[in-house]
Amino acid sequence: MGIAEGALLCGPGRLVTTGLGSCVGVVIYDPTVEVAGLVHVMLPASPSAETKAPQKYADTAIDWLVGELVRAGASPERFVAKYAGGAQMFQGVRMEALRIGERNVEAVAQELAARGIPVIGRDVGGHQGRTIGFELPSCALTIRTARGETRVL
Amino acid sequence: MNPYELSGADLDALREFGNIGAGHAATALSVLLGGVVRMSVTDARLCRFAEVVDVVGGSDAMVVAVYIRIDGEIAGSMFVVLSLESADRLVNGLIPGRQPGEPYGELEYSALGEVGNILSGAYVAAISDLCGFRMAQSIPAVAIDMAAALLDIGLMFGSGEDNEVLLISTRLMHGGREVQAHFFLLPDFESAPKLFDTLRGQMPSG
Repeated sequence: MGIAEGALLCGPGRLVTTGLGSCVGVVIYDPTVEVAGLVHVMLPASPSAETKAPQKYADTAIDWLVGELVRAGASPERFVAKYAGGAQMFQGVRMEALRIGERNVEAVAQELAARGIPVIGRDVGGHQGRTIGFELPSCALTIRTARGETRVL
Repeated sequence: MNPYELSGADLDALREFGNIGAGHAATALSVLLGGVVRMSVTDARLCRFAEVVDVVGGSDAMVVAVYIRIDGEIAGSMFVVLSLESADRLVNGLIPGRQPGEPYGELEYSALGEVGNILSGAYVAAISDLCGFRMAQSIPAVAIDMAAALLDIGLMFGSGEDNEVLLISTRLMHGGREVQAHFFLLPDFESAPKLFDTLRGQMPSG
């Protein structure tokens, strides 16, 4: 799954997105019916609610994901979320532009809280890229960095 | 309106613009390294995100990238992207007595940053002269990681809701094919209309 895209998984399988830098990969799922979705969020806020690229912005991406999950038979009261990413890849330079990762993470946290979706795992910040994979039915979110570290949430 | 509705003439003008910038950058690099620096024909096109990272080997390819932010009348992101092998040969050429394959320390990072600085400085000076733009470049930032993770900030600033960016890219080669560097300029989405207005004004047949 590519940058600024979204995908849904119904039943056993795996959702993967590679090379998250300042972007944030957000997974929302309903463990009971085994339906999960992943969005690769690139920016904190959409320019308008009618954006053509809802998966790209934290606010519209989460709305898009919730809508798709409900359509696939998931139930909002059982939703839980895990997310990872939001690194600052380039260090040593003080540049507002490079803080976008941090702002993406704040936006994702806020948008999930505003919809009452509990967060049960997150791996954010730092200065390394991440490749993430979410698996059903285990509901494990595996995070791999370029230096070969692996974490499972 | 989508500022990225471009004609063939627009892309030709952009390619020429990139060629002039990269030509100056190549000259600067040959002064720094000694020997001949060759450059590929500059490619200028509208790209989906995945195509940008494919140019340097795919989203999870490990690369060295130098990032330079351009501000002023035209804003954008500049990247110098090297494979790990090319970067290692480059720093070996710049740091006397360094053993190939040694882990990177402060010296290696600052040498790579300086290469980015010299390349982007020559490029920016050439195009600001040509077009009369006031442009300023940030100090360079260096990182080694997955290509998609490093390039994503350029994609953020360069795209609108169509998820496409304008990529102006040139490959520089030093020696045989020992050191190869990709030079990327991604103008900010908001800067594109002004850039094209200027380029159209300069191209008599435009």
